[in-house]
Amino acid sequence: MVTNQRTSRMALSPDTRKRLITAALVAPASAWLFVFLVLPFIAIVVFSFGERAPEGGYQAAFTFAQFANLGSRAAAFKNTLVLAPIGSFVCLLVAYPVAYYLAVKVSPQYRLLLVSLVVVPFWTSLLVRTYAWMYILGARGIPHLLEFVGIENVRLLNTPGAVLLGIVYGYLPLMIMPIYVSLEKLDRRLLEASADLGARPLSTFFGITLPLSLPGVMTGVALVTILLLGEYLIPQLLGGGKVFFIGNALVDLFLQSRNWPFGSAIAVTLVVVVVIVLLVAMRIAWRVAGARQVDLV
Amino acid sequence: MSKDYKDNLPISANGFMDEFMRLKRGSVSRRHFLGITGLGLATAVMSRFPGALSTPAYAGEDLGTQMSIATWPNYHDPTTFENFKAATGVAVEVNVFGSNEEMLAKLQAGASGWSLFVPTNYTISTYHKLGLIDELDLSKIANFSQSTESPRFTKEGQIDGKTYALPKNWGTTGFSVNTSKIKAKPTSWKDFFELAQTEADGRAMVHDYQLTTIGSALVSLGYGFNSIKPEELAKAEELLIKVKPHLFAINSDYQPAMRATDAWMTMCWTNDGAQLNRDMPELAYILGTDGGEIWTDYYAIPKDAPNKAAGYALLNYLMDPANAVKEHIANGAPTTDSRVISLLPKEITSNKIVYPDEASLTPLEFGAAITLTDPGRAELMARFKSA
Repeated sequence: MVTNQRTSRMALSPDTRKRLITAALVAPASAWLFVFLVLPFIAIVVFSFGERAPEGGYQAAFTFAQFANLGSRAAAFKNTLVLAPIGSFVCLLVAYPVAYYLAVKVSPQYRLLLVSLVVVPFWTSLLVRTYAWMYILGARGIPHLLEFVGIENVRLLNTPGAVLLGIVYGYLPLMIMPIYVSLEKLDRRLLEASADLGARPLSTFFGITLPLSLPGVMTGVALVTILLLGEYLIPQLLGGGKVFFIGNALVDLFLQSRNWPFGSAIAVTLVVVVVIVLLVAMRIAWRVAGARQVDLV
Repeated sequence: MSKDYKDNLPISANGFMDEFMRLKRGSVSRRHFLGITGLGLATAVMSRFPGALSTPAYAGEDLGTQMSIATWPNYHDPTTFENFKAATGVAVEVNVFGSNEEMLAKLQAGASGWSLFVPTNYTISTYHKLGLIDELDLSKIANFSQSTESPRFTKEGQIDGKTYALPKNWGTTGFSVNTSKIKAKPTSWKDFFELAQTEADGRAMVHDYQLTTIGSALVSLGYGFNSIKPEELAKAEELLIKVKPHLFAINSDYQPAMRATDAWMTMCWTNDGAQLNRDMPELAYILGTDGGEIWTDYYAIPKDAPNKAAGYALLNYLMDPANAVKEHIANGAPTTDSRVISLLPKEITSNKIVYPDEASLTPLEFGAAITLTDPGRAELMARFKSA
C-alpha cells in the first residue's frame, strides 16, 4: 500500500484522495478519543467485574457482585433520574422565552451583542460562578438584605431550591443556544400566512412556531439532561452535600471508601443510562423534524 | 548564613500569618498581600535561581538536589523548606492532599516519588501491612528525642516495638458553637445531636467523613468511637438519618459557613477551632465529655522513596525544636514534643483549644485502622448521605 502510494502518487483516483484526506483529518481526534476515552472505559469495565481489596482499591476477580449490589445506591439513581428531567424542564421554561426574544423580537443590530452576552458566563469556570452563588444565597447575601425589611433568619443556601437555581443558572446557555438556532431559521412567511388565515398569535405560536423549534428544544433538553445525569458540583456546593446524586456516590466510592470495582460498576451503568437517554431523545427529535419536513413540502 | 537570611526576610512568620488572616477575612487586597509579605518577589527570585541559596552543611552523605514530600494543605511554615534548602542544597517539592485515602491510593499505585510523607495515625498499620513503609533508622534522626515525647503519641507510630513513623502535630475532633446564636451550653456529643434537631435546627454541620461523623454519633449513644459492631452501627445510622433533615450541611469545609453565620454549630478539628475562635471569639470549641477523637499526624518514609537520604535529612531537620516550633505557629495544631512547648509563646500554650486540660482528653480515642477501611461504615455513610 505504502509503496504503491509512493510510486503512483499522481495516479491516485479522486475517490482515494478524498478518503485519505478524510482519514488524515479524522485521525487525530480518533486517536485522542481512543487513548483517553475508549481505553480508560475498557479499564473501568474490567474493574467493574473485580473485587474490592481488603484495604480498598481493586483486586482481580470475575464476579457480578458489584452489579448485583447496584440496588444499594438506588436512592442516588432515583434522585439523579428525578433531578435531571426536572432540572432540564425548568431550564427549558426559562430558556425558551429568551431564545424566542433573541431570534424573533430583537432588532438585528443588537442581536449579535445579546447572543454573545448569553455565552459570556462560560468565560469563567462553573466552579467559581457556583461559589459566587454560595455567597449570594449565604447569610451575608440575600438573607442579610431581607433583615433590613424585618424578615429574620431566612435560609436559602443548602436547600433543594438553591440546587435548582444553580442548575438553571449553570445550564441555561446550553438550552438557549440550540433553541435560538432553530427559531432563527424559522420561515417568517409561515407566520404571516397563519395571521392572514385568521389565526390568533397564540394559536400561531402553538401551531407553527413551537413545533418548528422542537428539534432545537430536543437538542437542548438532551444536552442538559445528559450533563445533569453526571452532575456533582452544584448539589455539593449549593445543596450542602445533603442532596446525593450518582456523581456524588462515585466520588465517595473512589476517594473515600476506595471501593473501585463498585464505583466502576456504577460508572458503567451511568454510561448505559446516558446512551439510552440520548438514543430516545435523538429518535424523538428526528421523528419530529422529519414529520415537519414532509408537511412543508 | 541562616541568620542573615532571616534578617533579610521581608516579613516575620507572625507578621505573615496576621496579613494572611486579614486577606482571608477580605480586609486586604491580594495585591497588597503579595506586596507586603514579599511573596510575589520571593516566588520570582526563588524560581529564577535554583540552588542560589544552597550552602551544603550536611556533610558526609550525598543528599542530591531535589526531593518531594506529601502532606496536608496549610500544614507547614513556608520558610521551613526554604531554610532547609539553604542548609542542605536540597529543594523540596510539596504535594498536598485532601484525604488519607487519596494519599494511600497514590502510594499504592507506586512511583509516587515522595521521600517523606505525613500520614494520620490510623493509616500507619495499613501502610505497614501493604509493605509501603520501612522501619525508621533512628540513628539518622539525631534531633528526635524519645524522652521529651509523650508516649501517647509515639506509640501510634510503632508496630511490634519498631518505630515506623514519628509524630508531627496532634489534635482533637470536637465541635464549634456560635454562642451568640445558641443559648444552650452543650458539653457532649449527645448535646450536639439534640441541639442539631432543636435550637440549631437547619444550622448544624457534620463532616463529610465517615470516620468522624459515624464515630461521634456512636459516642453520643454511649458506644465506642471505633465500633464496627453491626447492631451499634445500626443505632448510629438511625440517629444520623433522624438528624439529617435538620442539618445545614454534610461538609468538611465548615469554616466559610461558620464565619458567615450560615451555620451555628459544626463538627470541628482543633486547628480550625482555634482559627475560628481567634477571629470570632463567640465561636467556642468544645470537646465532648462523652468521648470523641484524638488524632496525630506522623512523618514516615516510603519504602520506594527515590531520595531516602534527603528524606531522613528533612525529617531530622523538622524534628529540631527550633524548626518544629515554626511549623506549630504556622498551622496552629499542638505539638507532641515538650522541647517545642517550652519555645512557644505564652498565648499559644495557655490557649485551651490548642492545649486542653489533660482530663478532657481522657475520654477521647484514637481512630483505628479498621474504622477507616471497614466496608460496613462506608455503606452506612452512603445511606446517610442519600437518605
